[in-house]
Amino acid sequence: MLKVHRDICGYCGCCVSVCPEGALELIDAYLCIEKNCTSCGVCAKVCPLGALEVADEK
Amino acid sequence: MKNKYDVLVIGGGPAGAIAAKTAVEKGLSACIVEKRPAIGAPVRCAEGIGKEALHEFIEPNPRWISAEMTGAAIVAPDGFLMKLESKFAGNKVGYILDRKFFDRELVWRAAEAGADVAVKSRASAPIMENGCVKGAKIESCGQITKVSAGVVIAADGVESKFSRWCGIDTTVPVREIMSSVQYLMADIDIDAHTTVFYLGNEIAPEGYLWIFPKGERCANVGIGISGKKSGEGHRAKDYLDRFVKKTFPQGKAIECIAGGVSVCQPLDCTVADGLIIAGDAARVVDPLTGGGIYNGMYTGRLAAEVASECIEKCDVSKTALMKYDKTWRASKMGKAIERNYHIKEYLIRQPDTKLNEIIHSVSKLNLSDFTTLSLIKEIIRVNPKLMLELGTLAASIR
Ligand SMILES: Cc1cc2nc3c(=O)[nH]c(=O)nc-3n(C[C@H](O)[C@H](O)[C@H](O)COP(=O)(O)OP(=O)(O)OC[C@H]3O[C@@H](n4cnc5c(N)ncnc54)[C@H](O)[C@@H]3O)c2cc1C
Ligand code: SF4
Ligand code: SF4
Repeated sequence: MLKVHRDICGYCGCCVSVCPEGALELIDAYLCIEKNCTSCGVCAKVCPLGALEVADEK
Repeated sequence: MKNKYDVLVIGGGPAGAIAAKTAVEKGLSACIVEKRPAIGAPVRCAEGIGKEALHEFIEPNPRWISAEMTGAAIVAPDGFLMKLESKFAGNKVGYILDRKFFDRELVWRAAEAGADVAVKSRASAPIMENGCVKGAKIESCGQITKVSAGVVIAADGVESKFSRWCGIDTTVPVREIMSSVQYLMADIDIDAHTTVFYLGNEIAPEGYLWIFPKGERCANVGIGISGKKSGEGHRAKDYLDRFVKKTFPQGKAIECIAGGVSVCQPLDCTVADGLIIAGDAARVVDPLTGGGIYNGMYTGRLAAEVASECIEKCDVSKTALMKYDKTWRASKMGKAIERNYHIKEYLIRQPDTKLNEIIHSVSKLNLSDFTTLSLIKEIIRVNPKLMLELGTLAASIR
């Protein structure tokens, strides 16, 4: 599952532009993950600050 | 905000502001919706723009010009510095803007001309009828308003979600997103009138690091690296922190911003029935420099001009709006994007040793006009071998 570390996120939209599913949406300073996220990790890779993490599902 | 406009503009950046202003000047009704609570903030930009490019749209005003540039420098991976100067010594060649105020000025001018503006108002879905875009649902402060429009201009920046909702794939390939971070640094030793670009795989893989002066001892110090090269422990921020620690150990960061810049080819098609896509949303950033302020304003203006013609003729079909797509592709801007895309593709494949070789070939260049094209021409002039390596691309540079 994809997790946003809100204390790190700079709400810049870089991740939004690369998501193949269009599953990210920035609502002002708040990054939302929609249900169609496949946890592919592309967004986590490109984030300039390292605010995204694909965490193991438990 | 009303329920109906001739032109609905999504996004209050340079592309959206110029689009709305142009639309109302053509006698149309127009509204800009911007999801952020303030136009221009936070800044997502190094704020550099060429002198001619700015003058085409607006006369410079000290209220939103941070600094005037008279030259530039490129630093090779091994530290060798190539100076770029204007043939006319001391001449202004560009500006570093203060985009918090610049973007506001552009939107303010659109409003003065008669456009409506709504901040903290996010387009959350298109209104579609028989495959044609007819407006958008706007969410503002917990309220949803349906706004219908003759033409929607999507100027929603790097995120470019609106066009995606309309069925157009705007995804930027991972290797072609510049993952970026920038500090506004105070109390640093710099040349206050020279922009500096650092190249090299150690310093900024498949991208570059920049110092854009904002005043005597203050500058935007930032970096963009390819998304492909980014990952845990080697992100844009890691590279920038390393550089800053070494170069400006006493400097203070008074602002930290992040961003993404697309350096891919533009969208295959930048119009649809009832929809025009402008600025970063259309992926029209210069792929070599990452500059998109001018391209945003240019496409914003053209989008509104074509929208106005089509609304007058009561035909906003994709076929009619294609005039926009064709015109920008054939323009100087469109050709520069095409050429610079291929030059970028060539450059990112070169090892540091090759970059060193190219930059070492000359320590100082006097450019007749301060553009990437004349820089490239000069570099080829002193490195005639490059002409062969560039192959078919060479023809477009002459
Ligand atoms: C780190 C960095 C450095 C850069 N440096 C330079 C430089 O030195 N020179 C240069 O020329 N260019 C530079 N650029 C590029 C430049 O910032 C952009 O090309 C330019 O801002 C594009 O303008 P725009 O109007 O297309 O988009 P933006 O300025 O991004 O505006 C888009 C607006 O749309 C809004 N929006 C998005 N979605 C919605 C929605 N659903 N509803 C309502 N509003 C929405 C956003 O909040 C935003 O305000 C840089 C970019 C970055 C990230
Ligand atoms: S790329 Fe990173 S910093 Fe930027 S919005 Fe996405 S999670 Fe936040
Ligand atoms: S993990 Fe993949 S699908 Fe999910 S938001 Fe990130 S890029 Fe999109």
